[in-house]
Amino acid sequence: MLSSNAMRAFSTAIRGRPLHVAVIGSGPAGFYTAHRVLKDIPDVKIDMFESLPVPHGLVRFGVAPDHPEVKNVMNKFDEVATDDRFTFLGNVHVGGKDLPLSALKSNYDAIVFSYGASEDRRLIVPGEDLQNVYSARSFVGWYNGLPNHRELMPDLDSTDTAVIIGQGNVALDIARMLLSPIDVLRKTDVTDYALEALSKSRIKHVHVVGRRGPLQAAFTAKELREQMKLPGVRFSTDVQLLQSEIANGAEYLNKSRPLKRLMSILEKEIGSPNMLSGDKSWTLDFLRSPSRIIPDSTNNNVAAIEYELNRLDGPAESRRAIGTGQFVTQDCGLILRSIGYKSIAMEGIPFDESSGRVPNKYGKVLDGENEVPGLYTAGWLKRGPTGVIATTMNDAYETADTLAADFVAGKPFLNEVDGVGQKTGSQGLLQLFKDNKIRPISYVDWKLIEKMEFEAGQKIGKPREKFGRVEDMLAVLSTEDLKTSM
Amino acid sequence: MPFITQLKRLRLPTALRHGKEGVSRGDGPYTVHFITPEGEKIDVKATEGDTMLDLAQRYDIELECACEGSLACSTCHVICEQEYYDKMEEPTDEENDMLDLAFGLTDTSRLGCQITMNKDLDGLTVKMPSATRNMRVDGSKPTHH
Repeated sequence: MLSSNAMRAFSTAIRGRPLHVAVIGSGPAGFYTAHRVLKDIPDVKIDMFESLPVPHGLVRFGVAPDHPEVKNVMNKFDEVATDDRFTFLGNVHVGGKDLPLSALKSNYDAIVFSYGASEDRRLIVPGEDLQNVYSARSFVGWYNGLPNHRELMPDLDSTDTAVIIGQGNVALDIARMLLSPIDVLRKTDVTDYALEALSKSRIKHVHVVGRRGPLQAAFTAKELREQMKLPGVRFSTDVQLLQSEIANGAEYLNKSRPLKRLMSILEKEIGSPNMLSGDKSWTLDFLRSPSRIIPDSTNNNVAAIEYELNRLDGPAESRRAIGTGQFVTQDCGLILRSIGYKSIAMEGIPFDESSGRVPNKYGKVLDGENEVPGLYTAGWLKRGPTGVIATTMNDAYETADTLAADFVAGKPFLNEVDGVGQKTGSQGLLQLFKDNKIRPISYVDWKLIEKMEFEAGQKIGKPREKFGRVEDMLAVLSTEDLKTSM
Repeated sequence: MPFITQLKRLRLPTALRHGKEGVSRGDGPYTVHFITPEGEKIDVKATEGDTMLDLAQRYDIELECACEGSLACSTCHVICEQEYYDKMEEPTDEENDMLDLAFGLTDTSRLGCQITMNKDLDGLTVKMPSATRNMRVDGSKPTHH
């Protein structure tokens, strides 16, 4: 945060009116940036835009249903929303023809892009578009109630084996969802339709597959421990490889406490009852790169996946996978690719396609070497799709501090770029909203929607029952509510 | 404007309001020194059983607590002096799992929500790590990106 001394010096550029800041995206990056900007700059107005009627991004749609404690952060976001300098505008998509970015540019002094990573990376192998081959993102969105994936309807009762490509926490979240006792999931906020499908699921064996070795696994200790504690689920892996990699990597492991602790969790399982019995199983498969997805006789559904086997090359801290030219196949009826998320470009801002990020310096958007006045970015769009909420919090605070420092230093904002001195924020967009039939959802509206979710959940012993469709979210709000929401 | 008035009535979780119930500022036999990321030292009084999170909430110190003390995040990470660190109970596996994800982890790092005050910890200093890397604010030169 800025010192109070620094705050006394005000920007010469914007005087006698609030600094109008638009934040695009209402996940942790957006809320934490807003929180810090509200603290750093007394005379500020922040409007947060969200394309869905409901806020909180991946806290609502990403965090696993059986991790309710992680979602406590929503209370913090509620607190941010009580600040009278903050306005939430849900159900408003920025960047389309109804509300082009240019409209925001002419009504705000600064814009923070924190819309995350809405796409996923593909395997790019034949058969990837067969039925029952999904991205982890859409599968997670499906069980968490993301309207886009409401109709995914994965077939979980025609196969006993699922393959997840990728070894991060998303992969383990999915493995846990597929293997948890259904009565445990019933008490979570997993959506009713997903619960229904999972209760009929025949999946008993889940393979979590990586192209390199154990030391390159990206999941973290908490998630691994949870996986090991699933009742009736046997763990298996290539014990020899695990032991030799840990032995060879001893020096590297001594330098990385998290990885060393992670490996010790795996090591402890060797020879334990957990590896000997259980009707269900989960397997950590290493050294496998998918080469092809093989269809069944109908040519529609997945029947198996083929991998090229790899060997490891290079030092422990930067192992590379080298294809051996040998192939193996694994029968399976469900494949989920979980090899990373990807941000997409928004017209009107610089974007680096190769890294999938908005080029920036401490959160200030860069065009080549030059800072772009008034434009900032935070979260996955800024640094790539990795890290936990704490990572995004730090990263969002950095962006907010950069914005505030620019303000104090009197650096140019969008007002000086386009010569529109008088910015009014969302007040200047009202006509556009009216013309294009955009109906913004306020935070109070959201709390009404949420109240209904709590009530629906309470009836069936769940913390909440999410609305899975946009129209159902909007139906909660009477026309009267919508009129007063702005 | 209905927006503000209705929002003011939003229920905030008890844990977020004032920390422990029935304890006020200035209560307690013990002293704890907080050092903020900006280097400011804040001395506070503490009672038996107060966690660093309880104190932060009671005295409006900006120690984060995204998961509200449920061991599901690392945002309340603090750094202790060796002498005091050694007097604390060993961190549990669950705490260590979260510390592994903390920014700027040290050998004497703890989660603020897991440090509980007692006689032995009287005089404890906890440093809140400087999490943001924006060096421009304090005038030093950027070194990365």
